Amino acid sequence: MSLVNIKIEGVPYQVESGLTILEAAKACGYEIPSLCTFNHGECNQGSCRVCLVEATGARGLVASCVYPVNEGMEIRISSPKAVEARRRSVELLLSNHNKNCQQCDKNGKCELLHVATLTGAREGAFEGVHSETYIDELAPGLVRDTSKCILCGRCIARCSNAHGLGILGFENRGFRTFVSPAQNRSFANSPCIQCGQCVNVCPTGALMEHSEIWKVDKALKEGKHVVVQAAPAVRAALGEEFGYPIGTPVTGKMIAAMRRLGFERVYDVNFGADLTIMEEGTELLHRVSYGGVLPMITSCSPGWVNYAEYNYGDLLDHLSSCKSPHQMQGAIIKSYWAEQNGYDPKDVFVVSVMPCVAKKFERQREQMNVNGIDDVDAVITTRELAKMIKRSGIIFNRLPDEEWDQDIMGDYTGAGVIFGVTGGVMEAALRTVYYKLTGKEYGKIVFDEVRGHDAGIREASIDINGVVVNVAIASGMKSAKVLLDEIREGTSKYHFIEIMGCPGGCINGGGQPYVRPVFLPNEPDNILDIYKEKRAQALYSEDERQVLRQSHNNPQIQALYAKFLGEPNSHKAHELLHTTYAAREGFND
Amino acid sequence: MTKLSNSAVLKITEICDRYKDEPTPLMMILSDIQNEYGYIPLEVQEVVSKKTGISVAEIYGVVTFYSFFSLTPKGKYVIGCCLGTACYVKGAQQVIDKFSEILEIKPGETSKDGMFTLDALRCIGACGIAPAVSINGTVYPKMSVDQVSGIINDYRNKEANA
Repeated sequence: MSLVNIKIEGVPYQVESGLTILEAAKACGYEIPSLCTFNHGECNQGSCRVCLVEATGARGLVASCVYPVNEGMEIRISSPKAVEARRRSVELLLSNHNKNCQQCDKNGKCELLHVATLTGAREGAFEGVHSETYIDELAPGLVRDTSKCILCGRCIARCSNAHGLGILGFENRGFRTFVSPAQNRSFANSPCIQCGQCVNVCPTGALMEHSEIWKVDKALKEGKHVVVQAAPAVRAALGEEFGYPIGTPVTGKMIAAMRRLGFERVYDVNFGADLTIMEEGTELLHRVSYGGVLPMITSCSPGWVNYAEYNYGDLLDHLSSCKSPHQMQGAIIKSYWAEQNGYDPKDVFVVSVMPCVAKKFERQREQMNVNGIDDVDAVITTRELAKMIKRSGIIFNRLPDEEWDQDIMGDYTGAGVIFGVTGGVMEAALRTVYYKLTGKEYGKIVFDEVRGHDAGIREASIDINGVVVNVAIASGMKSAKVLLDEIREGTSKYHFIEIMGCPGGCINGGGQPYVRPVFLPNEPDNILDIYKEKRAQALYSEDERQVLRQSHNNPQIQALYAKFLGEPNSHKAHELLHTTYAAREGFND
Repeated sequence: MTKLSNSAVLKITEICDRYKDEPTPLMMILSDIQNEYGYIPLEVQEVVSKKTGISVAEIYGVVTFYSFFSLTPKGKYVIGCCLGTACYVKGAQQVIDKFSEILEIKPGETSKDGMFTLDALRCIGACGIAPAVSINGTVYPKMSVDQVSGIINDYRNKEANA
């Protein structure tokens, strides 16, 4: 990489050529206020005009997010002309913005409000006509409100980068432009998988999760037996909401906080994950032994299941019939747990804390209830849990570390923990399948071949006593599509495939805390490149700390089968823990 | 969602194939479809999306961005009234209002019999003959309000005798 000489505010620097002014300035210790740009050009529309600076050799002011540095360039960020231009840009954005900030769930994390503060554009400098507003609240997972959209296009870029989907696009032109699924449809009537990756990048409150905190409040108020269960990936990221460095596991404090919020029981979805492995591992062995449909594909990720139903209706037989862990555990809470406690299942309310917004859709699927009783009654995201904790006056950092409730479903193994990262379900399943086939534990415990923390396909051939199992792992639908097209063409060599909707798996789910460099001054500059790895490490370290690391060794799982379910894939297990899928039309009316 | 006929799908596929070696074929494909069918509804966009790998939302964005493309069927005769500055000061608004009145449609709409679509155009670059009206490519220079009913009748008669 060659270097070029530049000056910023008259001070000479050497920077890599090819960088944008924004990137070069950051490397030299300047943070130019910017808005539309994100993550090394994942979105670089240059549309918001917030990052304007003076640069020699350019005509007028330039958008630093797209303008490259060159030899001898002199850059002025603080010149009165540049400062005023940036303020004007933000004022113009605000002039067509729904400024009800105090009612906006994004308040405190809003990048528009942040640049407004930085540039001093807080007055209503330009008041005039607003573009027409469209609000979509039909989808269980997502809410879109165009009155808060600044047309940066980050969501459009993320949807196509992560999934190759491109559900969102710009519609119309000029002042009438807005961002929406084709035909200004609801997410509910589009082939949107409701993964929430667009929410994770939206700088304002234009795209948000569909909050269900009110449902939890209502159930608590009504005096129901409200049970909460938290997914593995939540503990790896919740701390970020309370100022912990990214990648700090906060399991004990999270449990303590949930207990103080008034839940009758606080359970780990890892128990459900262990249960999933028992069912899914058995299903895989059955398919292999009796000539069932292969490869079998995991079904834990509701974003992925949505994608399959919309785009690969002909391959649904490949999906494991297992419900996802929290739905399984919900079904057990509403049946066995309620029975053991002498409760009517109708009085039991199950809340799942998930790193995911597609889970909000999943819990409402018609296939996700047993005899008219929903497995799960509300799904809140990691972000929503943080909100509940903050409003309750709990000082999270000062909480003691507490343990999960230990009755019936308190125990869990390291296998369950790693469900939250791409490759984790595969590894957990392999640990148990190895045992089932050989009668002994896999000595190394860890299957390094399947580990990772990013999108992209990983594959491995595992030799288990002479039986070679070919496996593949993909996260993000762009990667998944490659494996699925192979199956469709009949060229797939795999026996078992793990697919997760979000790139990197649940640790990078659409319900996780926002990773926005502007709000994370203590994280390194490349935090957007490494946060997934850091969160994954939090889960792998928890796995290592567990005494029990294989699902089949969980004593409470063993007890559940002995006392209630019989054996894996039994009739009762099928009734409670398994589900069905149906092909769906993408643009449905 | 209504389904397209097999022949329509084949036709659209054929149009997409015409430009399969182009690096950015979308505008050409949409242009041919617009000329072939007179409009580009969502069902057609879905076929183009499958064939080209370009997302439906992006195609929809292009279709709604350019006024040449239409989401709804256009009439057999598309009347384009220029409302650019020169035409406007020469009385184009009165001309388009007259078309509107006689055809009983607003600009952008199509008459019930499917015969006429009325479009308001920005400058078409014919300022020297303002106000200009273009009907299926035939340009009517220096239009006056009095000529409107005669022109419409000409087309109606042409159709009646066809």
